[in-house]
Amino acid sequence: MNEIEKKHRRTVHIMGIALVGCLLGSFLLGRYPVPLTELLGILGSKLGLPIAPFWTVQMEAAVWSIRLPRVLLSVLVGACLAAAGASYQGVFQNPMASPDILGASAGAGFGAALAILLGLSSIGITLGAFAASLVTVALVFTVSRHARGDRVLGLVLAGIMVSSLFQSGTSFLKLVADPNNQLPQITYWLMGSLSGAKWSDLGFVIVPVLTGLIPLFLLRWQLNVITMGDDEARAMGVNAPRIRLFIVICSTLVTASAVSVSGMIGWVGLVIPHMMRRLVGSDYRFLMPASMLGGGIFLLVVDNISRNASASGIPIGILTAFIGAPFFLWLIMGKGDHYEH
Amino acid sequence: MSIEVQNLSFSYGDRPVLHDISFRVEKGEFLSILGPNGVGKSTLFRCVLGLLSGYTGQVLVDSADSRSFSVREAARHIAYIPQSSHPIFNYSVFDIVLMGRTSGLSTFRSPRKQDAELCRWALEKVGIPHLSDRCFHRLSGGEQQLVLIARALVQKAPILMLDEPTASLDFGNQLRVLEQCRSLAREGYTVIQTTHNPEQSYQYSDRILTLQHGRVLAEGTPKEVLTEKTIRALYGVEVDVVSLRDDRARICLPSNISIKEGHL
Repeated sequence: MNEIEKKHRRTVHIMGIALVGCLLGSFLLGRYPVPLTELLGILGSKLGLPIAPFWTVQMEAAVWSIRLPRVLLSVLVGACLAAAGASYQGVFQNPMASPDILGASAGAGFGAALAILLGLSSIGITLGAFAASLVTVALVFTVSRHARGDRVLGLVLAGIMVSSLFQSGTSFLKLVADPNNQLPQITYWLMGSLSGAKWSDLGFVIVPVLTGLIPLFLLRWQLNVITMGDDEARAMGVNAPRIRLFIVICSTLVTASAVSVSGMIGWVGLVIPHMMRRLVGSDYRFLMPASMLGGGIFLLVVDNISRNASASGIPIGILTAFIGAPFFLWLIMGKGDHYEH
Repeated sequence: MSIEVQNLSFSYGDRPVLHDISFRVEKGEFLSILGPNGVGKSTLFRCVLGLLSGYTGQVLVDSADSRSFSVREAARHIAYIPQSSHPIFNYSVFDIVLMGRTSGLSTFRSPRKQDAELCRWALEKVGIPHLSDRCFHRLSGGEQQLVLIARALVQKAPILMLDEPTASLDFGNQLRVLEQCRSLAREGYTVIQTTHNPEQSYQYSDRILTLQHGRVLAEGTPKEVLTEKTIRALYGVEVDVVSLRDDRARICLPSNISIKEGHL
């Protein structure tokens, strides 16, 4: 391992520590103040340490039932979107690819809108979004199999086409939705928000999320080789189409899980991987863990702003776009890439 | 390790490209493949590398049918050095070379310490250890070619296939790369290149294969193949082949250029 690799590994470790720090800090933030000692006491007792309660019941409820699931969920969603974005950018050899490139978000939006229209409960909406998201990407795959010419290009084009189809479907559902309660609910969902996050949401997504994230982490070296193109990858012993399919399935799974609990949160999957390239270079051995950690930290911080900025809470999707778009502009206008030497 | 192509034919749809190609390259030999643009040199390479599968005939690697290899096994036998490589993202030279180790790793693994050591050895061997931490994008064409050769070397495949390795290089780098190819052949690698330069093929390679209209036109030692007749049949141009230095070099001079006294 040479000096550069050591440096990048250290950066990843520092980001891990930063994430833990941000997690602790996030518990302290909120309209109901909980001092640090009480916070540590509550967390300790929940982990099974024999600590006599010196905190109020309200404190425990605020930390354990409201803040903890929301904080964990924002980290998980951020990590998922950034990891999926980084993976898609690699397997499609396209730096502009984002997690919704294959229609996962458009499908989730449609599924959620339909579930709201049918009057389903919140877990029903999550399930509807998740299922519709997977169905959409499966549809994109089926369509692209009939595309002539370049398979990868066909897949991306099919993704754009099917996405726009589902977006018009969502628009139609908004048109026929009851404007007094359903329409605002659909609009709010589409804006993306983590308010009202519950333990059940976390319980629902944790299995598909880990099923996707762990292989993405383990396949990060293969991702490097795939970015060289299918022919070169094959000559180096990597069956690129097969690995690509597997990575796309994993990425879709994590994206669908993330958007089904959070709604549409844009820009994270595009901006974070590029930001991390500045920090640790293009090597996926470091880029993948850095993206996961960076995505988690970013969404956690943005969600803290979202829930503390105003009493009603600004939907996080609006904030990520507000921060993400100018930031991306800054990234591409920046004085070249620090890694180019 | 030897490689033998037997009666290989290939068509793109109903457009035939290669007809009944047969040749054999022994361990330690350096073969140059000459042929006009569009004759099917790249298609032949793609068939041998397993990138195209719909061919008839056989590609035998030490008498084992290459179609029986998995992708990983094929990469352990044959390494491919493309004419150029354009990674979308910025990788350091060292990372690019390290990718050559992939066929030796299981799917879920990343390279380890001994892989990195092998990379340092390969960079040393092709003479560019000082470029290790540079960005691949920022190198000249000749340096990139040497990096790709180093990447093929760490793949530990005994057969090296180079697709027009000298096509975009300046004269000095052309000679350096060809020198490298020849010395690798002397070490026991089986080296195959495609090229558009008959004179350099004559000087550096052990055998020359010429392709015309998708068929083998001539195959043999450089002395047998590099003649006025072959050049005319290959490229449709009239040349005088002039022998120099006791026939250790031959140059092809266009016949229609009158060489006045005082020149040459």
